[in-house]
Amino acid sequence: MTDTKAAAVGDRVVHKQFPAISRHRLALYCGASGDHNPIHVDIDFAKASGFPDVFSHGMLVMGYLGQALSDAFPPSRIRSFSTRFAAITQVGAELTCEGTVAELFEAGGERCARIALTTKDQHGETKLAGEAVVAL
Amino acid sequence: MVDQSAVGHRFTPVTAAVEPGRLRYFFETLGETNSLYRDAAAAKAAGYKGIPIPPTYLFCLEMLDNEKPFEFLTALDIDLGRVLHGEQSFTYHAPVVVGDTLTFQSSVASVAEKKGGALTLIGVNTTVTNQHGVHVADTARTIVVRNG
Repeated sequence: MTDTKAAAVGDRVVHKQFPAISRHRLALYCGASGDHNPIHVDIDFAKASGFPDVFSHGMLVMGYLGQALSDAFPPSRIRSFSTRFAAITQVGAELTCEGTVAELFEAGGERCARIALTTKDQHGETKLAGEAVVAL
Repeated sequence: MVDQSAVGHRFTPVTAAVEPGRLRYFFETLGETNSLYRDAAAAKAAGYKGIPIPPTYLFCLEMLDNEKPFEFLTALDIDLGRVLHGEQSFTYHAPVVVGDTLTFQSSVASVAEKKGGALTLIGVNTTVTNQHGVHVADTARTIVVRNG
């Protein structure tokens, strides 16, 4: 774990890489998350809906980003966490999650950091862009 | 097509239990190895009452124990194959750990047209309280509907 108390603006405090997303992973996540939308696991349904293949749940990708975030900051210190889903994450995507300190401020009597977060695939395409506020 | 009349629509509240086995399956699925999440003794030593939930798990709980997980789509007459997740946010007010029972109350906060009506963006806000009536979190999601 990083010494986050000494974090300065610009420091990269979150960084984690994940293995390629397989179809099996999507099936597991379907059950683990309760999101049974067939578009993520049933190629016939995906094609009928106009997509060339199944694709990842956005929340699986955000789950990976959340894991990278809570590797650096325990959940009791995370005050908020938000993302925009910038692009569909395809089967085979190898994700890298990163976060840098964007701002240090006081809120509710706590010293806090705003962390700018991204998740990119192996081609450098941004899949998620977001931020978290953490208490230091 | 969804219009402004949907704003304010409240969905059936969902009550969900934070069960250890289901949470373990989530961690297995994401390859989570953090001892705070995988070892109850480590979580307690770190000051948690039990194993804490990870940052996105509130979203899962609301679907896992929902008798009609796509109620918001059927209520608004939206085809499941036409929706994408646009944005998601969580604001945490109090810890949630294994053994808690949460109640989710969701409602439609906004409806907006984009790209000349090709897309409809629906904002849904959710208030989460625990078994003691403590307001533990607020979540917000934006659902993107591909029209036409």
